[in-house]
Amino acid sequence: MTAVQTIGRVFLAFLELVGQVTMFTLVAVSHCLRPPFYFRLIGRQMMEIGYYSLPVIALTTLFAGMVLALQSYTGFQRNSVGAESAIAEIVVLSITRELGPVLAGLMVAARVGSSIAAEIGTMRVTEQIDALVTLSTNPFKFLVAPRVIAGVATLPLLIVIGDIIGVFGGYIVSIYRLGFNPTLYLKTSWDKLFAEDVITGLVKAAVFGFIITLMGCYQGYNSRGGAQGVGAATINSVVSSSILILILNYLISAMFFGT
Amino acid sequence: MTAPKIRLQGVRKKFGAKVVLDGVDLDVMAGESVVIIGGSGSGKSVTLKCILGLMTPDAGEIAIDGEPVIGVGGRERERINAKIGMLFQSAALFDSLTVWENAAFGLIAGKGMSRREARPVAMEMLARVGLDAKFAMMSPADLSGGMRKRVGLARAIAIEPEILFFDEPTTGIDPIMGDIINELIVKCTEETGATALTITHDMASARKISDRIAMLYKGKIVWAGPTGEIDRADNGIVQQFINGRAEGPIEIDVRRL
Ligand SMILES: Nc1ncnc2c1ncn2[C@@H]1O[C@H](COP(=O)(O)OP(=O)(O)OP(=O)(O)O)[C@@H](O)[C@H]1O
Ligand SMILES: [Mg+2]
Repeated sequence: MTAVQTIGRVFLAFLELVGQVTMFTLVAVSHCLRPPFYFRLIGRQMMEIGYYSLPVIALTTLFAGMVLALQSYTGFQRNSVGAESAIAEIVVLSITRELGPVLAGLMVAARVGSSIAAEIGTMRVTEQIDALVTLSTNPFKFLVAPRVIAGVATLPLLIVIGDIIGVFGGYIVSIYRLGFNPTLYLKTSWDKLFAEDVITGLVKAAVFGFIITLMGCYQGYNSRGGAQGVGAATINSVVSSSILILILNYLISAMFFGT
Repeated sequence: MTAPKIRLQGVRKKFGAKVVLDGVDLDVMAGESVVIIGGSGSGKSVTLKCILGLMTPDAGEIAIDGEPVIGVGGRERERINAKIGMLFQSAALFDSLTVWENAAFGLIAGKGMSRREARPVAMEMLARVGLDAKFAMMSPADLSGGMRKRVGLARAIAIEPEILFFDEPTTGIDPIMGDIINELIVKCTEETGATALTITHDMASARKISDRIAMLYKGKIVWAGPTGEIDRADNGIVQQFINGRAEGPIEIDVRRL
């Protein structure tokens, strides 16, 4: 009896959470689509989310591309036929389809999602969000919408840059470490890459940008209980958006490449 | 007789099992300055938040200018709140903005004024609350508590509201700065003819700024009357509170040693 009750209670709590997140998402999206738009704030968030994430993303994808080339080569040596073109293909497809978006998404979740949750959470517990309302300003319009719009708009851009740097990482290792032919490497990379691969990566990027900023805003907006509450909101935003990124990444891949 | 500017009738609010407001009735007439006094945790801030729509009461009615406001959201709520300026207990300044941007916030974000137009108005408001222009470009985080309250006051009066709410305007600052704030409040309400509703447990401040005082105790207004009559109030709870005595009819949630 008590076990059933506990399970029931956990299940109900889960449903309530899903309901709350859904409501929050609907309101947030409606404010992203309806004027007025605070262009100044959107611009500032684009700088914050996009521009300042560039170094982190560049480093992450560079080393991902490098290690990918190195490890594929180790695998190929044992039964090596046409390792050169195969490695170029592995690097370019893995980076654009999967590693670029996922690694960049996780890094941005850690860097941007946490800072959004901490900032909005602090505004909540210091009554700044209440103050917005008393000044006839909708917090969704003013805080949530600019961040979500900036996230959806900048992540694809970031990931295009990350993809290029990732392929470049594979190139460096292949040419300088493994002694491949540079022209052949670049030609294979280009030939094996189809628009579909890049588009999947960009769709993923936009979805991840949405998830990261939305979860950051949701956790921050609903935080309570002083500094500790803000800390919890920060952790929850990173954990929940990271998990959602991994799950959605699989689903989107299955949708595009599943047979 | 005209409708009161603010009318609360039977407002109830509880958190879980804890009843905070248990049928609050209060009328505030236009141009009047009313102070609600009451102990810490008696629900004074909750009362203001219910009027502003930051919390929804469980029961009762709240009307501003005769218009019911409970459950009103969206654009309607923005229109109603545009009539109200609020000074928060902790000032609640936006720390991502500078001092002048804070003072100008209601004008720019709420009323859609351009930054260029709003800036001189904000500077004038800052001057009005006695803040030097050199503070305008500073971050609110670098100000003292008294200065933050004054910026909060400038932000509240900048939109020229018909109604001003002050949540413990003098708490946590020294008595001299407290008195300066009191004078600012009196000056601002007199100059603009605004209706003021203040909550405080600072009796000196209450006497200075109010026309009428109401005492909130156990979720109800137990006494309300003109400020001059409070010393003659035939009410043990009021007498204990204004004289600050530990012994009396007020039950306090603390274990005596
Ligand atoms: N969001 C909330 N959730 C749960 N309880 C709350 C919430 N807000 C206020 N309370 C409770 O309501 C009671 C009244 O709080 P309120 O902030 O109105 O007190 P107050 O009269 O303003 O006190 P003070 O003079 O110390 O500011 C408190 O006991 C508080 O615990
Ligand atoms: Mg309070």
